[in-house]
Amino acid sequence: MPEKKIRVLIAKPGLDGHDRGAKVIARALRDAGMEVIYTGLRQTPEMIASAAVQEDVDVIGLSILSGAHNTICPQLMNLLREKGMTDVTVLVGGIIPEADISGLKKSGIAEIFLPGTSTQDIVDFIHKRVSHA
Amino acid sequence: MSDKPKGSTETLTPAETSSPRRRPSAKELAWEKDTLQPTLEKSSERPSDFTTTSGHPIRRLYTDADLPNWDPQSDLGLPGVPPYTRGIHPTMYRARLWTMRQFAGFGTAEDTNARFRYLLSQGQTGLSTAFDLPTLMGYDSNHPLSEGEVGKCGVAISSLADMEVLFDQIPLANVTTSMTINSPAAVIWAMYLAVAEKQGADWKKISGTLQNDILKEYIAQKEYIYPPEPSMRLVIDTFEFGVKNTPKFNTISISGYHIREAGSTAIQELAFTLRDGLEYVEWGMRRGLDVDQFVPQLSFFFNAHNDFFEEIAKYRAARRIWHKAIVERYKSKNPRSWALRFHTQTAGCSLTAQQPYNNVVRTAIQALAAVMGGTQSLHTNSLDEAWALPTEFAATIALRTQQIIAHETGVTNTVDPLGGSYFVETLTNEVERGAWDYIERIDAMGGMVAAIERGYPQREIAEASYRYQMAVDKKEKIIVGVNGFVSEEKPLETLQIDETVAHRQAARLSKLRAERSQAEVDRRLTSLRNAAKGKENLMPFIFDAVKSYATLGEICDAMRDVFGTYEEVAIT
Repeated sequence: MPEKKIRVLIAKPGLDGHDRGAKVIARALRDAGMEVIYTGLRQTPEMIASAAVQEDVDVIGLSILSGAHNTICPQLMNLLREKGMTDVTVLVGGIIPEADISGLKKSGIAEIFLPGTSTQDIVDFIHKRVSHA
Repeated sequence: MSDKPKGSTETLTPAETSSPRRRPSAKELAWEKDTLQPTLEKSSERPSDFTTTSGHPIRRLYTDADLPNWDPQSDLGLPGVPPYTRGIHPTMYRARLWTMRQFAGFGTAEDTNARFRYLLSQGQTGLSTAFDLPTLMGYDSNHPLSEGEVGKCGVAISSLADMEVLFDQIPLANVTTSMTINSPAAVIWAMYLAVAEKQGADWKKISGTLQNDILKEYIAQKEYIYPPEPSMRLVIDTFEFGVKNTPKFNTISISGYHIREAGSTAIQELAFTLRDGLEYVEWGMRRGLDVDQFVPQLSFFFNAHNDFFEEIAKYRAARRIWHKAIVERYKSKNPRSWALRFHTQTAGCSLTAQQPYNNVVRTAIQALAAVMGGTQSLHTNSLDEAWALPTEFAATIALRTQQIIAHETGVTNTVDPLGGSYFVETLTNEVERGAWDYIERIDAMGGMVAAIERGYPQREIAEASYRYQMAVDKKEKIIVGVNGFVSEEKPLETLQIDETVAHRQAARLSKLRAERSQAEVDRRLTSLRNAAKGKENLMPFIFDAVKSYATLGEICDAMRDVFGTYEEVAIT
């Protein structure tokens, strides 16, 4: 029986429109055999949490380059908890200062991927994480 | 001839068959046979595909055989005259260096005003303003969607009161200012003009650049508010207003920078940008503007990426294409319309978070390409920008990089130092041909707005960006510190923008709303809304609203009421 495909929501929260990274990741994960839903631009944490529930995803990938991560990430994590989505793996990619990384991880972000990360590293991380869950 | 390939590439590329148009000299053929072949048989070339950053193939050697129909008189020409391959001024940097224009903006207007004054005190010669995302999207700092974004990517400007602080003690009569703002460009420009007026500066003499390039927002950067049609109307309104009132101001900076940052190739950057330029010209003419009155106020903005020669070829080809298109398509008679003037910024997307000090070197080489390509102004990125907005320390090194190129390298002593190089001229021809192919394809689609609506440039860029990422992932392209020569390192000190910026902005907006005449604001916004429903030029209405201290969000909302907003169909 074929294994159930890993479902990933790629989301672009906040006002920023720089979507190069989000699109590359969406395509790379799809090429790696995952089911990928891309939200499009300017999603609020509420919209992302609702989409995650509705699409029943295993992973949420947030692309944030605008510096708004310290506001957006904790809000999203609270909403996911409220909605009972405690087993979803949330990843962040983008421009994230070193000093903010530990705080984001404490809020429940599983991993932060900085510029220069290879798409294979992200694929491998998701496989390890989701099959262990 | 040996039939055994040695390197990963064709080991023995006969000059005469590598390009059907190539006619190598007897001397070159003899060199291939007697010198090159024995060398390759002894030791093969490196296992590389020898392509540019954009994937464009590069030959082992360029000779006169690569320029069969090339005429140095008509294709290269002389500087300051058509086709401008060698530059737009006869003396280039011997007369005046490029403007060193570092893009800056963060926090509140006070914070950025202090950075501006610091940069000017360090020898910077022009200003360039970065606005935060709420400002770029036409929201006030206290709008719910602004939460977490105020002052982060640039300075927060919600009203004329903020703009007055931003340019406090900076004489707009003497300093030229560039403003990176697009959807709400008309509003921010009106604020700037109001400050200039208050300072007593003559609008006829002030100079600067408004980015105001909405087409590349739909294509690449995605900071749009309204649908294309009313957005283009606003752009043409600023052209018309500029012709009459501010003849020295660049009313637009037609930008390839963001197209390249979104992952395009050099040829795509060039082609989409120039086709955007032609689109603006056509819309301006349709409004009834005289080509030779408004085109001289159009300026360009290109990226400077890693591949040194590809970038230089791109700038040289840009000038040649623009001249040809303006003269042939629109029958321009004014040489000021023919010369493509451009700003350059080094490639933000080339900066690495790993081994960040290497970014100083990358930026220096990119900046050198921009100078060798004849740029009119330049921004050099800071080493820490893959992490955060730059610290003052990092921003100073970036400015010093330009000063070193200008004063120590000697490249400014002569005009177009690479002119006549077999390689550079061939690459310039190839980049030009590639760009024309795209331009003609977009013409056939009915122009750039039509091409955008069917997602054509967006899809081409997404493809190129994915191809590049795969090449890096497979180590076909090596990025030092990222997929090669990797090492551990200590974290950098970065600039932190604290959340009090948002609170200070909210307090300032409350105070503004309490002090201004609400009746006056309402009256101005109603006039603007009514004008937006008709066909009049909106600049005077926006200017009046700005002067009544209506906020950016209120003014943009008045137009949202009439124009609606735009949502793209995301292409992945």
